[in-house]
Amino acid sequence: MLAVTRLSLIQNSLHKCGILGTVQVCHLSEATHNVTPYKLHRLDQGPNTTVTYTREDALKYYKQMRMIRVMETTAGNLYKSKIIRGFCHLYSGQEAIAVGMEAAITPEDSVITAYRAHGWTYVRGVSVHAVLAELTGRKTGCANGKGGSMHMYTKNFYGGNGIVGAQVPLGAGIAFAHKYRQEDNICISLYGDGAANQGQLFEAFNIAKLWNLPCIFVCENNGFGMGTSAARASACTDYYTRGDYVPGLWVDGMDVLGVKEATRFAKDYVLKNGPILIEAFTYRYHGHSMSDPGTSYRTREEVQEVRQTRDPIGKFKDVIVNSGLVTNAEIKKIEDDVKKEVGDAAELAKTDPELPLEELYSHIYMNPPQDMKVRGCDDTVFASTK
Amino acid sequence: MKMATFCCRISTVARHAKALGNTTRLLTTSSHRCAQQLTVRDALNAALDEELTRDETVLLMGEEVAQYDGAYKVSKGLLAKHGEKRIIDTPITEMGFAGIAVGAAMAGLRPICEFMTFNFSMQAIDQVINSAAKTFYMSAGRVPVPIVFRGPNGAAAGVGAQHSQCFGSWYSQVPGLKVISPYSAEDCKGLLKSAIRDPNPVVFLENELMYGISMDMSDEAMSKDFLLPIGKAKIERQGKHITLVAHSKSVGTCLEAANELAGKGIECEVINLRTLRPLDEETIIKSVIKTNHLVTVEGGWPQCGIGSEIVARVMESAAFNYLDAPVLRVTGADVPMPYAKSLEDLALPQVKNILTAVRKSLNIK
Repeated sequence: MLAVTRLSLIQNSLHKCGILGTVQVCHLSEATHNVTPYKLHRLDQGPNTTVTYTREDALKYYKQMRMIRVMETTAGNLYKSKIIRGFCHLYSGQEAIAVGMEAAITPEDSVITAYRAHGWTYVRGVSVHAVLAELTGRKTGCANGKGGSMHMYTKNFYGGNGIVGAQVPLGAGIAFAHKYRQEDNICISLYGDGAANQGQLFEAFNIAKLWNLPCIFVCENNGFGMGTSAARASACTDYYTRGDYVPGLWVDGMDVLGVKEATRFAKDYVLKNGPILIEAFTYRYHGHSMSDPGTSYRTREEVQEVRQTRDPIGKFKDVIVNSGLVTNAEIKKIEDDVKKEVGDAAELAKTDPELPLEELYSHIYMNPPQDMKVRGCDDTVFASTK
Repeated sequence: MKMATFCCRISTVARHAKALGNTTRLLTTSSHRCAQQLTVRDALNAALDEELTRDETVLLMGEEVAQYDGAYKVSKGLLAKHGEKRIIDTPITEMGFAGIAVGAAMAGLRPICEFMTFNFSMQAIDQVINSAAKTFYMSAGRVPVPIVFRGPNGAAAGVGAQHSQCFGSWYSQVPGLKVISPYSAEDCKGLLKSAIRDPNPVVFLENELMYGISMDMSDEAMSKDFLLPIGKAKIERQGKHITLVAHSKSVGTCLEAANELAGKGIECEVINLRTLRPLDEETIIKSVIKTNHLVTVEGGWPQCGIGSEIVARVMESAAFNYLDAPVLRVTGADVPMPYAKSLEDLALPQVKNILTAVRKSLNIK
């Protein structure tokens, strides 16, 4: 099924004029947007289906989504050039989820996700350079090259977790910590449609509901758990209902404004009532990882059709340009800026140094005993650690 | 299944304590400055109580820890004193609550995650190893995980194969974890307090059969400031003829064997490892250089056991050249634990196994 977002109404009055390049432009300051209807599970009322957004929002979300898209394409190319090693799971197609959710929370709220983590790492505040340098294993990476594709962290962002499903109880635990400290903050705990069948999710849902933890569980349903379609892996593909007694809502995950509104609603809900589950319906353009061409379990035509009819970035561009908030020239400038920033970051990520070799032995323990030695691969190496 | 065995677990506690009561004197440490005695259970309880009082971010989470006062009564009275915010009953879902505890630690709390026994930690072992042990390294020091996983480990009595396993060697293999296996009441108090204050994930392996044993506590150990260093072994008994290295309840078995051998003119040096990771090999090596003979003793299985590791470390150390005989291992038998008492006894290291190994090492009859 296709979730189509429609621009229904342009309102507004306020005008702002400026010079962009050589073109003089006049802007509306805000507009409204109709979201594809949500589906609700055990909720009397859902988020607003008509949302208002500003010109600043439009520029910011477009730039962030575009940045993730170009960053991921660049990562894919670096992988093909054998500069990125091992695992590399690209987020292309799913950008509206990270960008929309981040837009609805504060830096004091927490996020934890699975192994498709590059986009989330960026929206949580890590530079494109530090993401790409982590992918190339460099000292300037956001985990100094020790984590790699699946293990990136920053303030209130807890990875980047490589074991399918394990991050979901962890996220409930982070929400527990917010509640324990009596903070008005929440944790977003993300997983995919593949992980949605993991036993530990249901353990986490149960405890989160029992203790009313301020946790938003988010199923990013991109249609495939690795190479197995949702319908072939899940007895029930209505993921927003899979929390049973945990209320749920379905949102078009290709609509950044709908995702933002659903998340705003959910944050408010979980602070008052305990956990909620969001299914964000999306699509993954690339294969599961770089070793998967992504063509044996779906057709090229299917991917093309989604790109043409549901693409979160292309659709959002149409919405904001048609609304009159943003001009094509501004879009072009954002695209040029993004291209340059990612290009520069990639150059650095290729040329930055890796950590000095003695760093192999550091960060095993926090504050290790001074006399502690770590064994290397043979008995000639017993290294100091810090 | 679990609930069916649960009642058995509880009811066996008192029985074990009683059965072991007559061996208490043999198991005690022999410090003369000791003013009083405490059971291992009460020593653990005191450590928890003191650290909960000292630090608001410390909390205890697990099955039956709150209203029931602990499946083995280790958390007795803590709910009444510290309240339900900090003493938290969980469902019987180890992977879920262990993951929640690890997440809470990542976010800055200091949870103590009780496994009713470590046998059930296997349900949650991914959270212990992949989530707790590796995150500080993977994040290059950005995300510490200050958590304690604790509960009874190793064979209890008459509970069969699924409830009678030592996880010492399993967890001690993992960089990023600290693994403590205490023997005495003093060990339990001082090391549990250190574990709770440690900024790293710590696996704290208690022994159900020791919970009811009363042991001497020095005045110092009764203090709320009493801490023992993680990673340092204790020489429980000085000796010059042979070194016995053990952890947990097996330290007591070694002390019994040492008493018996002392009557025959053989002075054993008994080392209580206290910590399995980081392993205090320096204390072992110094002792072996002095005694020239080494026997390791543990309740766990032989293959890739703590004894195997000690043998390897000695082989790689200066102590190798001082050995007058091969190092010998006394371990649990290489079988799943049987239920019948006579078979169970045969599956666990007894004093006679140690005596046999010592005689073989020293080449005496």
